[in-house]
Amino acid sequence: MGFRRLIDSKKILSLFAAFTLLGTNTLMAQTAAAGTDAPVDKGAMWLGVGYYVLLFLLVCVIVAVVGKILKIYDLTLKMQGKKGIQWNNIIGVICIVFLVAGLYGTYWSFTEQGTHILPEAASAHGGKIDMMFWVTTAITMIVFLLTQVLLFGFAFKYRGSEKRKGYYYPHNNTIEKIWTIIPAIVLTILVVFGFFTWREVTNTKDVKGDINIEITGHQFQWELRYPGKDGKLGSSDYQLYYTTTNMLAVSPKDRNSYDDLKADTLMLPVNKSIRLNIHAQDVIHSVYLPHFRVQMNAVPGLPTFFKFTPTITTADMRNRLDDPNFNYLLYCNKICGGGHYNMQKVVMVVTEAEYQDWLSRQKPYVSDQLKKEWQLAYGSQVKELTGKRVALNN
Amino acid sequence: MSTLAVHDHGASVHDHDHEHHHHDTFITKYVFSQDHKMIAKQFLITGITMAVIAMLLSILFRIQLAYPDKTFPLLETLLGRFAPGGRLDPEFYLSLVTIHGTIMVFFVLTAGLSGTFSNLLIPLQVGSRDMASPFVNMLSYWFFFMASVIMLSSFFIQKGPAGPGWTIYPPLSALPKAMKGSELGMTLWLISMVCFIASSLMGGINYVSTVLNMRTKGMDLWKMPLTVWAFFLTAILGILSFPVLVAGVVLLIFDRSFGTSFYLSDIVLNGKLLPYSGGSPILFQHLFWFLGHPEVYIVIMPAMGISSEVIAVNSRKPIFGYHAMVYSLIGITTLSFIVWGHHMFVTGMNPFLGGVFMITTLIIAVPSAVKTFNWIATMWRGNIRFTPAMLFAIGLVSFFISGGLTGIFLGNSALDINLHDTYFVVAHFHLVMGSAAIFGMLAGVYHWFPKLFAGRLMDEKLGYLHFWITFICAYLVFFPMHFMGLDGVPRRYYAMTAFPAFNHWLSVNTFITWAAIVAALAQVAFLYNFFHSIFFGKRPSQNPWNATTLEWTAPIEHIHGNWPGEIPTVYRWPYDYSKPGHDADFIPQTTPYSETMASNLPHDFEDNPAGLEQYNTWVKANKPGEEVK
Repeated sequence: MGFRRLIDSKKILSLFAAFTLLGTNTLMAQTAAAGTDAPVDKGAMWLGVGYYVLLFLLVCVIVAVVGKILKIYDLTLKMQGKKGIQWNNIIGVICIVFLVAGLYGTYWSFTEQGTHILPEAASAHGGKIDMMFWVTTAITMIVFLLTQVLLFGFAFKYRGSEKRKGYYYPHNNTIEKIWTIIPAIVLTILVVFGFFTWREVTNTKDVKGDINIEITGHQFQWELRYPGKDGKLGSSDYQLYYTTTNMLAVSPKDRNSYDDLKADTLMLPVNKSIRLNIHAQDVIHSVYLPHFRVQMNAVPGLPTFFKFTPTITTADMRNRLDDPNFNYLLYCNKICGGGHYNMQKVVMVVTEAEYQDWLSRQKPYVSDQLKKEWQLAYGSQVKELTGKRVALNN
Repeated sequence: MSTLAVHDHGASVHDHDHEHHHHDTFITKYVFSQDHKMIAKQFLITGITMAVIAMLLSILFRIQLAYPDKTFPLLETLLGRFAPGGRLDPEFYLSLVTIHGTIMVFFVLTAGLSGTFSNLLIPLQVGSRDMASPFVNMLSYWFFFMASVIMLSSFFIQKGPAGPGWTIYPPLSALPKAMKGSELGMTLWLISMVCFIASSLMGGINYVSTVLNMRTKGMDLWKMPLTVWAFFLTAILGILSFPVLVAGVVLLIFDRSFGTSFYLSDIVLNGKLLPYSGGSPILFQHLFWFLGHPEVYIVIMPAMGISSEVIAVNSRKPIFGYHAMVYSLIGITTLSFIVWGHHMFVTGMNPFLGGVFMITTLIIAVPSAVKTFNWIATMWRGNIRFTPAMLFAIGLVSFFISGGLTGIFLGNSALDINLHDTYFVVAHFHLVMGSAAIFGMLAGVYHWFPKLFAGRLMDEKLGYLHFWITFICAYLVFFPMHFMGLDGVPRRYYAMTAFPAFNHWLSVNTFITWAAIVAALAQVAFLYNFFHSIFFGKRPSQNPWNATTLEWTAPIEHIHGNWPGEIPTVYRWPYDYSKPGHDADFIPQTTPYSETMASNLPHDFEDNPAGLEQYNTWVKANKPGEEVK
């Protein structure tokens, strides 16, 4: 009886396959005939689709056939007066197989993909963050292994059988207290550790000698402004001063503005404290420098900053990685529109001498044209400031 | 309390009389039904439909990530202008990501999960004829349906659906010119969400009032199954947090359409200064995450409740630490309101505030850990019956561990600096609230299928196949993403090709995509099983899982009002499985202690001195040996 059904399903399979093939062919012919303006690959496309659909149907039929065979086997066992298939045992064994395979898979991905993670930290605070990462990883991996082993281990060990009964054990206050308090203690340690690291990384007061650099995000580029010799960035106000020549809305009334420089590359001197002053013009962007473990959102109307100290020069890092094309990168890490996936800036960490040399070759932010515009708009005030600047420089 | 119960009882008699003259038309029975069981089915089937759609969207963008340089003419045939030349448009890619997230979080895991199981199980498990307000309950479904239609309709407009991510941070979502996905599609998204929240609130108020007022005689709060506790607390969470999102959304609508500046300040778009000033984009994030974080618990708590119940029933053991399970749910509910800032560590929020949010966030890990340990302890020395529902519940625990542990990294603000918005986050939340919650939902569907579709069962073997493929593939998809994130690969990138450093992740991306495709195909086994079993499923007995809870005392055939005649009275807690001294390995909640003298324990009479006295007399008479103790 069962076998006849099996044969039937095979017949149905072949019929169905032939039908689908025919259907696909007809469909293909239709599109080929209709789509005179479309290139020929439409036919190939539908053929491809048909092929995959057929493949999937084949898998479905195989699953159905296997299901039927199992059913027949189960019935045969029962007819012979034995118990049917013991699904509890089978699933219990699969649980153990899954556990072993899963643990091996975890190990494998740690050795294979794990080698690509966390590029060497190139900032002073990066090491601390990494250290905390590895401590957290160690603790969580212990819990991970323990709980998963128990979960699937119990599933296997206590798989159901008619001979046994469950053990009535509704609660045990001591055990429950223990496993409330232990996680609480471990988490407290992590919290305290994390809290102080976080305060150290973020709670940075302004120190004399910080290098202020302004970075402004807009769809889909970053603009950089360096302070001139005075070491101070001119203030800015978008409502008052934005024009197409004054893209960063720098204030003409602030004398610090006049020696500011604009740059294409984020050039940083090694071992100097950098204060990135972060702005955005249109939507939220995020300044992300994974090598330096730096990230801070750029929010329109709300200037933010991040202070860090690069510790490894680009040249040094190239040597360490044995990759002459390596570059530190800054990229956007907050969804900002269609070009979000390619909003990057090259970051170069160089020695102090190289930095000063590079700085001296950068163009001033206040171009001659902008100066003229300002003189027209603000008149004597600007003249006075530019005059003073010349005097100061001399 | 007792007066309420008596009152309830009176009302039920009235209902019963009423039933004889009750004639349903097709419209009142299947469309505008006010019966909680039918509404549950409506929520479930709409939820499954939305889940399939959102899953297909994810396959589309996974294909883009796996083959960023290839063209697929089929995509152009299917999507037209959204995939010119057979490659997804970068802005449409973001729309896909956005709608995938929105549908999965809100439409599937909030409405599909809470809507289905709160509606089905609250009245059946607390013993009431229907919801407190059946009409509001019906409205709740139809608002949800309307929200779904509006959300999907955005695929059929010129500029396509909303695209600024499911978190719709302004200014991107507030400035229609910033991207195609911020135009009409965004407006539809906002309208859809307002409808959705209305639906969710109506549902939530109903669930809370039903649980508080309509429990049957004897069903005090500490005799409720953990499912009902979870649904109850979830509803409270939703009622308190969803209105805040409405406030946020309404202000965003004002900014978009009426020129206000709640979230906007100093905007220069395409070289033009816009006249906004004084607003703060961070304000929106606070409002959004004040809902958004409780939301992830709205998603996971019903799934936790379901799996607690399923694990206890199928381990044939009482849930370990029932009180601890309830208190941890209450703890999670309370704490979930004060952790939202961990989504905003790097927004420029005051770092000290960030530190405070880090502390609260890591505290919430304690009740979560307790729940996990209790589930595992429930399985210890059980007699585990591997139904598909049990497997999915075990899967939930496994995902919850794997995904929950990475939360300890992300909740730590110092580590979050480097991990924020990378694939590490994607891996974390897809495991802990995505996969875990959907597994809880599937466990519920397999377990309560006989209650959903009058006395039918789903096929077990197909269930096993469905479980193992989905479970393994979900790990294959999300586990490698941790490593990508740790290498600094950002989420929501259309392609990684612009960064040579990411080239070695391309093969991993391809692998993930194929694992996702296999997982998606495995859902065909579920869908076939589900729809086939509605009509041709096996017919089980009234209580196929030998469970103790009230819903299995209701007749197999659905009737309006759930029980013919009187609603059963409850005498004991819902987890008397394998109680020593009793012949069967379960004692239904409706069995009085007087009928199970041999299995009673002193503990059963904690707040019942009369019962304890009777028990002691019985022990003296029947078990003289034990008296010594």
